[in-house]
Amino acid sequence: MKILVAVKRVIDYNVQIRVKEDGTGVVTDNVKMSTNPPDDNAIEEAVKIKEAGKATEVVAITVGEEKAQETVRKALAVGADRGIHVKVDGILEPLAVSKILQKIVDKEKPDLVFMGKQAIDDDCNQTGQMLSALLNWPQATFASKIEVKDNKLEVTREIDEGLETIEINFPAIVTCDLRLNEPRYASLPNIMKAKKKPIEEIPASDLGVDVSPRLEQLKVEEPPKRKAGIKVANVAELVQKLKNEAKVI
Amino acid sequence: MEYDVVIIGGGPSGLSTAIKLKQLDPNLNVCLLEKASEIGAHILSGNVFETRALDELIPNWKELNSPIKTKVTKEKFLFLGKTKSLSWPTWLLPSVQQNHKNYIISLANLCRWLAEQAENLGVEIFPGFPASEILYNEDGSVKGVATQDMGIDKDGNKKDSFEPGIELLGKVTVFAEGCRGHLGKQLIEKFELNKGKDPQQYGIGFKEIWEIEDKNHQEGLVMHTAGWPLDNSTYGGSFMYHAENKQVFVGYVIGLDYKNPHLSPYDEFQRFKTHPAIKKIIEGGKRISYGARALIEGGFQSLPKMFMPGALLVGCDAGTLNMPKIKGSHTAMKSGIIAAETINEHLKENKDLSIYEDKFKNSWLYKELYEARNVKPSFSWGLILGIIFTGIDQILFRGKLPFTLKYKHADHETLKPANEMPKIDYPKYDNVITFDKTSSVYLTGTNHADNQPVHLKLKDPDLPINYTLEKFDEPAQRYCPAGVYEVQKENNVNKFVINSQNCIHCKTCDIKEPSQNITWVTPEGSGGPRYGNM
Ligand SMILES: Cc1cc2nc3c(=O)[nH]c(=O)nc-3n(C[C@H](O)[C@H](O)[C@H](O)COP(=O)(O)OP(=O)(O)OC[C@H]3O[C@@H](n4cnc5c(N)ncnc54)[C@H](O)[C@@H]3O)c2cc1C
Ligand SMILES: Cc1cc2nc3c(=O)[nH]c(=O)nc-3n(C[C@H](O)[C@H](O)[C@H](O)COP(=O)(O)OP(=O)(O)OC[C@H]3O[C@@H](n4cnc5c(N)ncnc54)[C@H](O)[C@@H]3O)c2cc1C
Ligand code: SF4
Repeated sequence: MKILVAVKRVIDYNVQIRVKEDGTGVVTDNVKMSTNPPDDNAIEEAVKIKEAGKATEVVAITVGEEKAQETVRKALAVGADRGIHVKVDGILEPLAVSKILQKIVDKEKPDLVFMGKQAIDDDCNQTGQMLSALLNWPQATFASKIEVKDNKLEVTREIDEGLETIEINFPAIVTCDLRLNEPRYASLPNIMKAKKKPIEEIPASDLGVDVSPRLEQLKVEEPPKRKAGIKVANVAELVQKLKNEAKVI
Repeated sequence: MEYDVVIIGGGPSGLSTAIKLKQLDPNLNVCLLEKASEIGAHILSGNVFETRALDELIPNWKELNSPIKTKVTKEKFLFLGKTKSLSWPTWLLPSVQQNHKNYIISLANLCRWLAEQAENLGVEIFPGFPASEILYNEDGSVKGVATQDMGIDKDGNKKDSFEPGIELLGKVTVFAEGCRGHLGKQLIEKFELNKGKDPQQYGIGFKEIWEIEDKNHQEGLVMHTAGWPLDNSTYGGSFMYHAENKQVFVGYVIGLDYKNPHLSPYDEFQRFKTHPAIKKIIEGGKRISYGARALIEGGFQSLPKMFMPGALLVGCDAGTLNMPKIKGSHTAMKSGIIAAETINEHLKENKDLSIYEDKFKNSWLYKELYEARNVKPSFSWGLILGIIFTGIDQILFRGKLPFTLKYKHADHETLKPANEMPKIDYPKYDNVITFDKTSSVYLTGTNHADNQPVHLKLKDPDLPINYTLEKFDEPAQRYCPAGVYEVQKENNVNKFVINSQNCIHCKTCDIKEPSQNITWVTPEGSGGPRYGNM
């Protein structure tokens, strides 16, 4: 069984995001970038399944600019076997990414595609679902537990009402929640080994996918500043304020 | 894993060592460990950059898209009174304080660029891996280092994600951890490298980056101040560098030999920004970054021996900063270059590592530090006398006076009891020009994975409350620029709280704690600030 895992390069979650003065986007120059956190969970789960003898190969793929390759390298350092880097410069929307992933799926023929539930940069929460539609494969989103049963997956999903457990057939798409597992550290020897693992570079133009944006971005601005908090003396005052001032209870 | 050379720290000194080694011999196996999540993320500096060492290391840096763009075009020096300011003619400044050939840069970005050059030459760089332990051979020489274990919980137990540290062995190990390196400190003690030297001197430096209004911005302007808000007996001053993209780098440096335990370096810096001469420049702008880092200021008199069996110290880990210039980047780089030459001859011709000292003595670096040696100690007589002496020493004699002033005390010895010193009433933060520590630390992007052991170790856990609070009003609450230390009252009992997840790795506590009761050790890899263009 082969698992394809999609990893995206985003601004590190600890970084204070700053909006560009002209409102065209956020500042990314000299800003620490990392793998989108739930994508780390997706890789971890795929590697665990392989370690349990239930998969034979884990392939990590990223779509993006030159430097995005770092995320594939990192995936290789925590256990993916090989990588694919589809090179695209400029703005990428979920539809374009899922179309590219579709082409790669056609070529690689994986049994499962693991992805993050959403990317923390634009929070779209769309790529997995769109890919599922394009491929006409079943999907399990927001997975917090995955069990492989022969040619089937039992997936526990984080939903508003609590947890939902579903069963889906192979081939399938799973988008992963942060609660799925605790990603491992990349050890020094594994980082060294990862440098020797192959990464196939494919220019997006070779795939014949139209990646031009379908959305027009009007403006990026900071959320309004929150007012400073106040201290309350006791619980009674808190309840009173929540009731009468905030009117939330 | 075995290498020819293992380098600890990816600042200007470590990166220069790595680059020079590979230039001298491309076949050398060189690796470099950095505790930050990426190169540059723990670098904080002014920075007005003198290119002398870089010209030697990478002569064609201008053609390689280096992040050195803004030439210094204008200089100002102000004496600040409480509301007034007096401009000092720059032609009357000692030549060491003149900057017309220098550039305003982000040292963090320069390090990122140097790291690219090093990787292109084949240096293996591992960010996110702090060296936490020195390894010794049986004969006592340095064998290498071990990296920090990952995945230990706060009680010291292994988590599921546990990943043991790795031993990295080098024929020579180079320590380039910057000011108050936590391994460098151990080496200096073990090999008595500071024997016969004056006690080391430190300062704490703050920096904020502001994006300011066009009308207030003069790209290339370098401004320094002395005076208010510090009193005559406290050593310190400010810098303000107008960089590209409408940014100014505003900072403040205070000598850690200050005496009043009520003094809060952070609040002095915040207050400084409210001076009319400063406020008018940043008003209407936006603060986008904050950070702090200790500087090593002892210079010539305090410089330890920089070689020992199997290892070398370079840059601020030893203490090569030139204090009157407030510059340590070019000197750190030069020491790295000399270290690399030493190592190459050591490996090829079996020469002893002690040739590092001879090479150092024959370099412009030595001459520079020697001539600068009397400036900082003269300020122990106060600002006014310090300035007069410095004028004579630097302008008339160009540092060649036939004597050397001494430092008498280490910085942790200088605090006076709290009840003997005046309390200082700092103004409230206005959240426009001045800010509280919490919102400042927020801008540093600091994070340490939770559930790990506290990396600020107390030798005696009861001392802060039983002694330091009583005698010095626990100054850690004030000298820590990140609000890590708090004294909290619980049911009328005082408790010393360490919010180690906020630590921005400045090392001030390790230096200033009056009983040397706090030891900074490396936290889990990638922890700490995520500075951008600091
Ligand atoms: C990169 C990243 C992306 C994420 N994306 C998502 C996402 O898309 N969707 C999602 O559901 N989750 C997401 N999460 C997870 C989510 O942010 C956290 O799991 C969640 O906020 C945890 O909430 P908590 O209340 O359990 O814990 P905490 O994080 O500890 O929350 C504490 C909350 O309580 C408040 N609080 C703390 N102490 C006190 C006190 N003494 N008095 C009053 N209030 C207090 C804090 O202000 C905070 O709001 C993401 C996390 C990360 C790191
Ligand atoms: C506020 C301020 C203003 C300054 N202004 C100027 C200026 O205008 N011009 C100038 O030339 N100089 C200036 N300096 C001084 C200059 O920044 C330093 O001299 C210079 O950075 C020293 O370089 P270094 O390589 O020795 O150490 P650093 O730059 O401190 O680099 C050390 C590196 O080693 C890493 N490290 C430390 N310990 C470990 C470990 N155990 N394992 C792995 N990695 C580790 C650190 O994370 C860091 O990245 C200023 C300094 C400050 C604080
Ligand atoms: S805990 Fe120590 S090293 Fe960390 S920020 Fe505070 S003073 Fe600096």
